This record gives sequence, C-alpha cells and structure tokens, in this order.
Amino acid sequence: MAVAEPWQKAEIAGPKRAMVVTKPEVIVAMTKRAKHPILIVGHLAAETSLERKKLIDYMIQFAEKGRIPVVATAQTVKEFLRRKFKPAGSMPAVDIGNRLVDPQWMGIDGKGPHDLAFFVGLPYYMEWTILSGLKHYAPQLKTITLDNFYHPHATWSFTNISQKDLAENLKVIIEQLETGEK
Amino acid sequence: MSKKEVHLKIGELKTEVGFLKNLELSVGKILQENWTEPMGPTPFPSLTALREWDMKLLQRYKPFYMPYCDVCCHCTFGKCDLTGNKHGACGINMSAQQSRTVLISACIGAATHVGHGRHLLEHLIEKFGSNHPLDVGGLNVKVEAPIIRLVCGVKPETLGDLDQVLSYAESQVTHLLATAHTGQEGSNLDFESKVFHAGMIDHVGLEAADIAQIAAYGFPKADPDAPLVDLGFGTVNIEKPVILCIGHNVVPSVGIIDYMKDNGFDEQIEVCGLCCTATDITRYYKRGKIIGPISWQLRFIRSGVPDVVVLDEQCVRTDCFSEAEKIKAPVIAASEKNCMGLPNRTNDPANAIVEDLVSGKTPGVLILDSEKVGEVAVKVALKIAPIRKKFKTTPEVEEIIKTAKTCRLCDECRRACPQDLHIPEAMKAAGEGNLAELADLYELCVGCGRCEQTCPLGTPIHSFIVKAGEKKLKEETYKVRSGRGAIQDVEIRNVGSPIVFGEIPGVLAVVGCANYPKGGAEVAEICTEFANRRFIVLTSGCAAMSAAMYKNEEGKTPYEYLTGEFTSGCMINVGSCVSNSHIAAAAIKIANIFAKRNLRGNYEEIADYIHNRVGAVGLAWGAYSQKAAAIAAGFWRLGIPVIVGPHGVKYRRMLLGRADHEEDWNVYDARSGEKVYVGPAPEHLFCAAETKEEAMVMIAKLSMRPNDTGKGRAIKLTHYIDLHKRLYETIPEDINMFVRTVADIPVTMKDEIVKILEEKDWKESVIPDPTLLPRMIRKRKE
Repeated sequence: MAVAEPWQKAEIAGPKRAMVVTKPEVIVAMTKRAKHPILIVGHLAAETSLERKKLIDYMIQFAEKGRIPVVATAQTVKEFLRRKFKPAGSMPAVDIGNRLVDPQWMGIDGKGPHDLAFFVGLPYYMEWTILSGLKHYAPQLKTITLDNFYHPHATWSFTNISQKDLAENLKVIIEQLETGEK
Repeated sequence: MSKKEVHLKIGELKTEVGFLKNLELSVGKILQENWTEPMGPTPFPSLTALREWDMKLLQRYKPFYMPYCDVCCHCTFGKCDLTGNKHGACGINMSAQQSRTVLISACIGAATHVGHGRHLLEHLIEKFGSNHPLDVGGLNVKVEAPIIRLVCGVKPETLGDLDQVLSYAESQVTHLLATAHTGQEGSNLDFESKVFHAGMIDHVGLEAADIAQIAAYGFPKADPDAPLVDLGFGTVNIEKPVILCIGHNVVPSVGIIDYMKDNGFDEQIEVCGLCCTATDITRYYKRGKIIGPISWQLRFIRSGVPDVVVLDEQCVRTDCFSEAEKIKAPVIAASEKNCMGLPNRTNDPANAIVEDLVSGKTPGVLILDSEKVGEVAVKVALKIAPIRKKFKTTPEVEEIIKTAKTCRLCDECRRACPQDLHIPEAMKAAGEGNLAELADLYELCVGCGRCEQTCPLGTPIHSFIVKAGEKKLKEETYKVRSGRGAIQDVEIRNVGSPIVFGEIPGVLAVVGCANYPKGGAEVAEICTEFANRRFIVLTSGCAAMSAAMYKNEEGKTPYEYLTGEFTSGCMINVGSCVSNSHIAAAAIKIANIFAKRNLRGNYEEIADYIHNRVGAVGLAWGAYSQKAAAIAAGFWRLGIPVIVGPHGVKYRRMLLGRADHEEDWNVYDARSGEKVYVGPAPEHLFCAAETKEEAMVMIAKLSMRPNDTGKGRAIKLTHYIDLHKRLYETIPEDINMFVRTVADIPVTMKDEIVKILEEKDWKESVIPDPTLLPRMIRKRKE
C-alpha cells in the first residue's frame, strides 16, 4: 500500500487510517458491490475546475451512471439544479453525517440504510471531521472520498493527487460504471 | 449555597446606646430583604441541580461526535486507542472522551472569564471601594444583573456584592474541572450536562466582569448612542508615538490612559488596541483606536507602527514578545496570567524600568501594577519613538520578488494554511513581478503565520501577503459604535411582545473570534442582511470589529447608518467578550420584564421560556477559542441555538436535532397538559455551517419558535423561504414541518406553499402555550 499523508499535514488521524485508492477500478468495484450507496457533495465541487469542467459535473455523471442518490450540502443544490439534476436531498454536511451514524435511518430516499457513502467537495477540515465521526460511530458504513486529497478517516481515499490525475480517475470510474466493466 | 456562613439575627435589642429591631448580619453572604421576589428552586445551583433540564435538551439535540483525535493521552495508561468507541484502560469510551474534552475546553473558557472577572473586581474594589454602586444604566436598567439574579438568586448592588458571586463561580469551575479527572464520569451525557453548567457559570463570570467595569470605569451605560469610535490601521496617526495594547483585560490600558491624561500627554500619544482590550479602551477613552480583530496582531506589529507593546491576557499571540523584539519595540507584560518569561520589575522605580527599556538593556518587562504600567508605557513611548523611527520587518516589494523567485512551489505553506489558501500560485506570480495574487490573499488570511513556520526556505510569507495588501491595510479607516453594555429595560418592554410572538423575525447575535473561512467580509454581509430584514442584530468582540470593516455605497459602516437601539433593524455592539453577557441577559429580561416571570434562582423555567419563545440565534462565524466554547455552552443551556463557521467542526461535536423524528418535537401545551407536535423549532442547538449562504438560511430557520403566532410564523417563514430561494434557488423541502395552521402561510407565497403542503399530506395542528416542563402545566387534562 502506498504511504499517504493528510493534505493538511497536522490533521493526523489515529491508528486506523484510510486505505489508498491506487487505481479507479477499486472505486468501481466498491460502487457495484454496495447495496445502497449515497453521494454527499459540498460546495467546493462547483468551484473546483477539472480540465474544462467542474468537479460537480463529474459527480452528476458518476451519480447517474452509478444510480447513486445525492445529498447536496449548503448552496450546492442550486448548482445541481442549474445543471438540470435533482439531488435526492439537501441539508447541512453535519446533518447528513449525523443521520449516517444512525443505523435505523432509512436513507435519503427511504429505501433503507446506506452501506457506502461517497464524500466530495467539502472544506478539507470539515470533511475530515465528519469522516472521523463516521469512522467511529458508523461501523455499518464504508466511506470513500472523491477529492484529490488524502482523507485518513475515510475507509478509502485517493492520495494527494493533482486535479489532472483526479479527472483521469473520475473519467475511468464513470466509464466503467457505464459499461459495466469490473 | 452550601457554604457555611456566620449569620446573626436579632429581633429586638434594647441597650443603653439605642434600640435595634430586625437586625440581620451575615458574614460572607448578602441578605436582601429589600428584594421581595420569591426565591426560585435553584439558587447557586450545584453541578447536578439543572441536570434534568439538560437531559431534556440533550434528548432532543443529541451529540454528534466527530473525534478530533482517536486516542486518549491523559494518563500514563495511555495512549489508549478509542477507535470505534472502544473503551480505554480506565474504561472510558470515545463518546465520553469527546464530551470530556469539550468539558475541559468549556472549563478553560469559564475559568478564563471568571479569573478575568476576579482580577478586575479586586482591582476595582481596591480603587473604588467595595461599596461602589453597580450602576450599569441608571434608571433605564433596574434589572442590573439578570444572569446573576437568575443563576445565583442574589441581586448585587455594589462591587463588593460580586465577591460571593465570583466565589460561587470559582468553586463550580473547580468542581467541573475535577469531573474531567480519570474515573470521575463515564456517561457522555453527564459530561455534556456539565458542559452546559460550565457555560452557565461562564455567563455569570462574564456578567460580573462587565457590570463591574461599566460601573467603575464609567463605560457607556446601556447607551444606544454610545460614541462612534475609530477602527482600522489607517486611523492611527503614525507621526505620534504609538502604544499598542493586546488582550482582553482593560486594567493596564486604563493605567496608560489615566497617566496620559493626568500628565497632559493625551494629545501627543496614540493608544490603540487589538482584540477585546481595544474595544474596552474605546469604552473608556473615545480617542482610543481599535486596530482590528485578533488576526491583525502579526501584521500590525510587523508594520513597525507600535512603539511600545503592552500585553494583558487572553488570545495574545505567545510570540508577540519576539515579534516586538524584531521591530525594536519594548514589551510590557501586565498580567499574572501572561508573564512571557519576562523579569518582574513591579517593585522597581518606574524611571529605572523606562531607562532599561529605552536603552535596550532589557527588551521587555513584567509589571503587575497597572498604574506603573501606565507611567512606564507612556514614558517609554515618548522616548523611544524618535529612536525607533517606526522600524518595521515587512519587506520591500523588490525583496518579495527576489525571494519569491526562489520558491520551490512545494505546497507546504498551503498545506499548513487553515484556509487552504493558494499561496504557491501567488508566490509564483510574485516571482514574476505580479503581487496582485498575494494581495488577494490579504483579506482571507487569518494571520496565523503557519505558512512561515513550515516553509523550508524560511520565507516570511505572511509578511509578503501583508506587504502586497498594504494599500488595503492603510486604507482601513472605519467607524464602530463603542460597546454600549446592557439593553435598557424599556427597550425590552418595547420589543418583548413582537419578539415572543414572532413578529420581529429574530434576534441575531454575531459574536466571537476571527477564524473566518473567507475573511471578515462575510460577517459584515450577514449582519447587514439580517438588519435589513428587520432582525435585531447584536455584535460583540472581534465579530463586532469585522462587521464594521465594510462600508456601503455612501462610505458608511453599518454602525453609522443603522440604529444602536435594541429594536427591529438595529446594529448593536454590546462590547467585548465579557459583554456577551448582555446578549444572554436580554433574552432573560424578555422573560422577566415582558412576561413577568420571576428570575430569582429560577433557571429552568426561564430557559424553558426562552427556548420556546425567544427567537434568538447566535452566530460565531470565526470561533476558535475555549472561551468561545464556554460562551456557546451558556447559550445552549438557555436553549438558544448557536451556529459556527466551518472551522467550528473542530469543537468535535455538534448538538443536532432530527427533524425526521417526529416524536422529538412534542411540547406540553401549558393550557391543557396535552402533548403537541410543534415541528423542529429550533432544529439544532449547535451546528456548523459550511458557507455563509448556509449560515444565512440556517439563521432564518433557527429563529422559529413554537410560540410564534400565525402572523409571526408567516413573517419568519417569509425570510426562510426567501433566503432559501435566493441562495439555494429552490424552495425548502421542509416547509410542511413549520406550517401549523393556514395562518402561518405567508400570503405572498400561498399558492406555492399550499401545493407543497398537499403533496406532503400536511395536517393542521394547534399553536400551544409551549413548555417542556410538566410542572408548568396550568390545567391537567381530565
């Protein structure tokens, strides 16, 4: 496994740290294996440029191809709506974090508890702490971050990679979800 | 109060010298037979006296822990890995450990304010006497200490009366801190209850400190027209010797101002301050200048403008001494709590100290006598200013360009930056001769200096940013209203009804520190947005300064064009950190003055009243400190929700309601005893917002209360929906939870809302006389 360190260097986690996503196929496999995944998208997804698009545009494709319900945090809902995509829900990031630790919660779409949560586009320290909450209190849930930063509290995370590399990875993930390749 | 007191009561006594009747003497306790208000159930509450109330709140607003550290290292068993809520060697699990850590923070905060209050009180009693009256607003403020009346059940009338109040607070902080010892408490909820207790005690300390200094120093006394004072780097006349005071405890600054005035130097010297000391300087001395919030410390010292730096206590950068040394400005540490490793010269003659500081024989001294601080600071400033010639450490443009060329673009600075500022890109541009990108970082930078600490080349990056933003820095000239202190009783009478019935859409308190995610502009924007929406907007501390640092198109700050009266659409600066007590006090006074509820030792009933009726919301957008944690905790126990900025998640736990758990949102109707669903109002007690947009929507939403009348709820819903539509470009999905009857529906949005209500299978409910306390039910259901 590659050695990874948090993007904000002092945000040292404890003994249990995220496994590193070294190739996008890992995420594809996790997505396909999940019974009821969810994607949480923060406001930075609409501000982060990846090639000629925004990160949120990749997320819409990812959600559509993976048939994953989306929760938009803060004002991100408007960015989705402008792109003609309706998220399953909109609520503060800490609110969705709090619901995900509840094993009785029937999910954002009422179809049952989620077993996999993707996080992207939140301020690094905010995502870091919410993922910490989930690591400690949601044993039923696996978490994956789709940012280009290493998040030690996730179950799986990319290392600190360039935006170009992130775009390449996301393209592969979306493509493979589309074609059904494993 | 469980302390043993000496108490002598004489019914009648005839002696040779006279006749005594109904004499009561008490040592260590005030007996106030002239205060006829009956004593409530919890005067001087112990650690557990309000536990049941706390548990009611915690049942609804359950903690969501986000551990900031996975281990415990408090004892030699450790480190213990608590990952996944495992138990450590002492048996503690992760939830209890997190709440324990929150408690420790709250205790630090409460101890700091209580300690501050104690120092002030001792000093003021020495100077003004223990019988000095606690006049905080003349005839306009008869309820002079609402928090102390509520919590302690006493009515302080003199400085000396505050002694027992602070003694109580000190004992409680000690007991609270003791519970954080290994093996004292195992339940996270009991820790949380104690966090609330620490918050309440903190508010007692805040109030004692501020009413003491208002009364003794003659600060503005509940004055809506408190003077407009100068704020900003650009307001300082750098031709004069400049004394800079940093911290929160104004006593040494008063020593300086008094010495200047008494000796005719006040025309010759500029006295300015950073953080709350600055605020309190202007409450004492109209010509004092506020440089800015806490984050301006490095940039102002490095500018070379200050000739003498006086440090008191709290939030003072611990490297201020070394930074001041670099600009050749002598430092005077003036607090026992912040000695900075400097030699104690308190007992030396002032002139000898002055000589040593001016000659450079010693770069700094500790002086624990405020009058001597005043004399030394003034004399040193006058003598050293012509020698120093404003020696600065900020670089010249050529130096920046030259150094920036050597930048390795390693990203270490960005990765150390709390705001993830794109410093490497700005450095690259600077190396090419373009400083604009560095200048753009100026307003976003919180001045922590971590970028410099981590740079492998030792580049003074913060100084580069400040130099690049120098034009903005020098143009910082604003007006802020000096802290007015308490809210008048008559002001409360005037707005009590529209607040409680919801017709004033909310009371927003924008408070706290300056660890903003995107600069102080957001604070100013939020304040003016809600003042324009006819909320009552109050500010304090660093947030009050940030709110002043943006002008309208006419070049006026919000304090200049908005009223300072406690009324709809106002913008009030209550003062420094300790003045936050007046915000809690205003909510308490609504229950007392408007609703005629007894305050005396009657905490639970008043908190229940506030929680269900007073649409107050706190916003600490840049909260960073333990003191901020304690202040927030005091509001939580009163049932007032607090929103923090995104960095607030690092307080490691939120108190969040679950709007989807219908059973959590029942109250008793005090008229009938029936349980009534009132919707998630307010939905959360402590919540971090990711962006200013989210904060604004949340403020409007958290202002709703079960007691709102139909008209009031319609007004509040109008703001919530309007902001949601504007900032999120969609109508909120949870409107059905806040509409109780058709009268709640805003007329202008009726068609739209009715359609949603039909889709959500909404059913009409009643508006109760809400309470969470069964004992408040007036008539039980047959």
